[in-house]
Formats: sequence, structure tokens, C-alpha cells
Amino acid sequence: MAVNILISGLISGSMYALLAIGFSLIFGVARIVNIAHTAFYMLAAYCIFFITEKMGLNPIIAMVTAVLLVTLLGLIVYMLFIKPIREHEAAVLIGTIALAIAMQEVMLLVFSGSFRSVPSLIDGYFPLLGVKVFYQQLLTFIVVLLTLAALWILLMKTKLGLAVRSTAEDREVANLMGMNESRVTMIAMGISVGLAALTGAVVVPLAIVSPFMWMDPLIIMMAVVVLGGLGSIKGSFIGAYMMGFAEALVVFLIPKGAFLKGPVALSVMILVLLIRPEGLFGVAFEEER
Amino acid sequence: MGPFGFYLRKLYSIFRGEILVLPSRVAVLLFFLLILLFPVISTDPYLLRIMILTNIFAILAASWDLLSGFTGQLNFGHALFFGVGAYTAALLNLHFHIPPWGSIPLGALGAVLTGLIIGIPCLRLRGTYLALTTLAFPIILLGIVYALPDVTGGELGISGFARLSNSHIANYYITGLLMLGLCTLMWKITDSNTGIIFHAIREDELAVRTAGINTTRYKLLAFCLSGFFAGIAGGLYAHFMRIAGPSTLEVSMSFTVVIWGVFGGLATIYGPVAAVFILFPMLEFLQFWSQYRTLMFAAIILLILLYMPEGLIPWIRDKIEKECPRCKLRNAAVRKTCRACTASLD
Repeated sequence: MAVNILISGLISGSMYALLAIGFSLIFGVARIVNIAHTAFYMLAAYCIFFITEKMGLNPIIAMVTAVLLVTLLGLIVYMLFIKPIREHEAAVLIGTIALAIAMQEVMLLVFSGSFRSVPSLIDGYFPLLGVKVFYQQLLTFIVVLLTLAALWILLMKTKLGLAVRSTAEDREVANLMGMNESRVTMIAMGISVGLAALTGAVVVPLAIVSPFMWMDPLIIMMAVVVLGGLGSIKGSFIGAYMMGFAEALVVFLIPKGAFLKGPVALSVMILVLLIRPEGLFGVAFEEER
Repeated sequence: MGPFGFYLRKLYSIFRGEILVLPSRVAVLLFFLLILLFPVISTDPYLLRIMILTNIFAILAASWDLLSGFTGQLNFGHALFFGVGAYTAALLNLHFHIPPWGSIPLGALGAVLTGLIIGIPCLRLRGTYLALTTLAFPIILLGIVYALPDVTGGELGISGFARLSNSHIANYYITGLLMLGLCTLMWKITDSNTGIIFHAIREDELAVRTAGINTTRYKLLAFCLSGFFAGIAGGLYAHFMRIAGPSTLEVSMSFTVVIWGVFGGLATIYGPVAAVFILFPMLEFLQFWSQYRTLMFAAIILLILLYMPEGLIPWIRDKIEKECPRCKLRNAAVRKTCRACTASLD
């Protein structure tokens, strides 16, 4: 039981961490609330499904292509639809909702609504204290940790990362210091969508692929971001594992837990917000006018 | 003729001077007439059903605007009020046999209570934090609904309670008149002193507090008012459809309300109402194209937003009306000079 909870919490926590960090990155840099973020994750999953099942190619090739294609698509969508309305916060909100719905409908038309699955990269499992741990789960977890480490190095140790962080801190001043604000935003959007696609790529063998698979992670992802503090990468990381473990605990310990996992995770978020309205690691922003 | 003729002439001159001068007021008049006379044009049950649902959702969209458009408290979980209204009305009618005219207002009171309960934690948050937090509440309630199937009927919802009335036309007039009445009331509220404070809170909350106004109380009031109107819409929906199910609480429901509100234009009340009257029937009539329906819906919203990010109705209004640069009075766009102060309009 305890091992089950541990594994399930770690896996879903890692998935939420990747999604939430991407979401919080583009919010921090450009103040864009991208509701379509998890829709890109869904697209990547379908992309992999198409390449491995329909074209019969190697899953690793499929993953790389999926991440590249979806990132490209994300940038195109950003240029066409989000950039022109960026100054209107409400318009961006429903614009991205409409984008997500449009992507869902296109997938529904192309692949129909039936549930699909993708075979795992490595089959088999090893027993750990009497619980089966699939190699695929282990692989997913390792890939997530490596990605997070790479992202941390990118943001903290490189010049580009410095530009991204300073734009997030203060757009105008960063612009005055010679950072090309619109290029930094493009790069942040690319990293953000790329992270969503990567999440899709590593999680897809463990998940059920359907056009509606973006809804559930979307809500928990938003909860994670709010819990950790908007724009705070460390906060998203810790918040994601809190949510993941809250879900796992509910599913394994409470009867009918599967219905209640979302609600309990969200209640945790609300309780934390009651004590700290700016999230765990959020900075209480000066009022932005 | 005597006094009677005098009042008649006076009425006519008011009518001409106050309503016919502005295209937007003529449009509102025509809209009222259309709602009141719709059964004369057609009594087709299918059309009436679409109109009834449109009326109900118009109340819902306007109530969202009252909270989110005016006070700027972006609510992403408006389905909560709608669902609570629907479930409360349904349960009261089923177990205590309270007729619809009693159960719908009581359902709305239930929604006011939830507005109070969620308002208190939400008041400490603002902006995007608030939007993302409010999204959580309907989902929490949905989980409770699924976990207690004995009370709430689980996935199937509650059914088998009284219908709104026995004929389609009576249903139509109940919802239509309520829609006109409640939306006018909401518009009046936003035009009153309270509404001005709501507006000011959105623009600059700090300045409002500095002026000695208890903004917390006003924000809570906005939550309650919005909850009340949305609860009425929920009760009407439950009694008309004769089912109160989980679909009233779903995320897509909340998103749809936001889409209506922003599409029509924030902080206008008439904008979201018009948006519902455009988008909802359009979605129904695209039925024959059912596969591409939702895709078309999303595409239309994206295109409209690209060209008019302020929303459709304010954009149209700016095209057909001009504001006088000197006295700020609105004039029809065809006029060269202001109708009150004769200043040149260009």
C-alpha cells in the first residue's frame, strides 16, 4: 500500500511538475494564462500514437518528432492568435480556451473519440516490497528528473536563462537593458510548449489517449501553479508533488477515492491559500496597474 | 382631446427624443419587442425550446458579467452558482414538494449562500490567482455529487420533479419575462451607486479603499448578487429540463459562460446577453453539421477576438455611435454635430 502510494504520487507529481513549470514560465515572462497548455500535451500524445501505431516507426523517433512538431505548432499558434491580443488579458483567456477546444475537435475528427493506448518503451517490471514497479514508470520518473535538472541549468546558469528571469521580473526594465522582449517571449513560449509536449511524450505509455485527456491535468496543473505561487519554478515543483501525493493518498485510502481525488487535491490548495494568499513560494506582487 | 392628448403627445416626444435618436436604444427596443412577440411569429416547439434555453443562459451570462466584468473578480467557476441553484431547486421540489415558484428563489438563496462561502476565501486573492482558484470550487462540488449518489443521483442526476408549467408558451413567457426583468435589474444595479463602486474596484481597488469604502463588503455583495441571479437561472434550467445533473457543474459550463461574457464585451450587461442570443441559437442551427459544430464555434470566437478584442457588442456600438468630444453625450454616427451642444463631432 505505502509503496503503491509512493509510486503513484511520484509519477503523477512529476507529470504535474513538468506541466506546471511550463505553464508558470510563460505566465511569468509574458503574463499569458495559456489554457491551451495541456492541449499541446494531448497533441503530443496523439502524434506519438500516430507515428508508432499507424506508421510503425520506432517510439523514440516518434517522441523526438512529436516534441519538435508540437513546439513548432505552438510557436505558430502563438504568432497567429495570441500575440495580436496579448494586451487584453480576458481576450487571451478565452482565446486560449477556444484554441484548446479547436485542437480537441480536430483530434476528434481525425482520430474519433475512442480511447487509444501506446505500448511502453521497455516492457516488464521488478518487484519492490511486493509491489510491481514497471520499468516504464521508472523511466518516466528519470526522464522527468533529468528534464527538470536541464531546465534548472538553463534558467539559472545561462545568459538566456538570465534574460528569461529578468523579463519575468520586470518587462520594461529588461527591455531597457537591451533584452529583446519579444524574442525572449517567443523563446519562453517555445520552452513552455516543448515542456508540455515532452510531458505528453513521457507519460503517454502510462495514460489513456483521448481527445478529452487535456481537461483533468489542466485543472490540477492550475491548482499546482496557484499553490506554488504563480511564476515560481521552485513552488511549482513542490506544489506538484504535494498534489500528486494528495491524489495518491485519496485514491488508495478512501473508498470511492477515484471520484474524490480531484476535489481533495483542490481543497488542499484552497486551505494553503487561506493561510498564504500568494501561494507557497510566490512573491506578493506590488499591485500591477 | 384635453389632458389625454397632451400626455400622448408628450409620450411621443419623449419616445422620439430619447429612444429613436440612438441606434443602440432602438436595437434594445426591437429586442424587447422580439422577446415579447416571439410566440406570434412561431409556436414551433423546437424553436420555443431553443429560445427558452437562450433566455435562461442570458440571465447566467449577465450575472457573470455583474461579478467578473464590473468588479473585475474574474470568476472561472460560475457553473458553481448555476449547479447549486439547479440542485437545490430540484431537491426542494422532490422532497418537500415546494412548487417551482418557491423552489427557484430558494435555490437562488442557496446559491447566495455558496457565494458567501466561497467569497470569503476568494476575497484575499486577486487577478489570475482568483480566476484559477474559483475554477476549483465546482469541481470539488462535482466530486461530492459523485461520492453521494443516494442524495444527488450521482452521474444520472435528479429527475422526476415538477415541470415549470404545462405549456411551451407559458414556459417561454416565464423565462422571457424573467430574463428581461432580471437583466434590466442587473443593468440598473450596475448603473447605480453600488455599480459605480463595483466599477471603481475593478479599475483601482486601492484608490477605492483610500476613499473610505469597505471594498471587502462590496466584493462580497457582488459575489452574492451574481450568485443570486445565476441561481435563478439554474433553478429555471432544472425545472425546464426536468433534470439536475452533473453537466450543470462541469468545467466546460464555466468556460462557456466566460466565452459568452468576453465575446459580448465585458462590463456591459447587454453584451453578454446579446452574445448568448447570437452564439447559442447559432450552435443549435449548426446541428446539421454536427461534426464540425464545435470547431466552427471555436474558430468564430478566435476570429472575432483577433479583430475586436474588446468584444463584439462594444465594437458594433462604437461603429454606429459617436461620443461628443465636448459634453460626452452619445450620438448616432450619421450626425455631423452633437444633438445637445451642437459641437462638431469630428
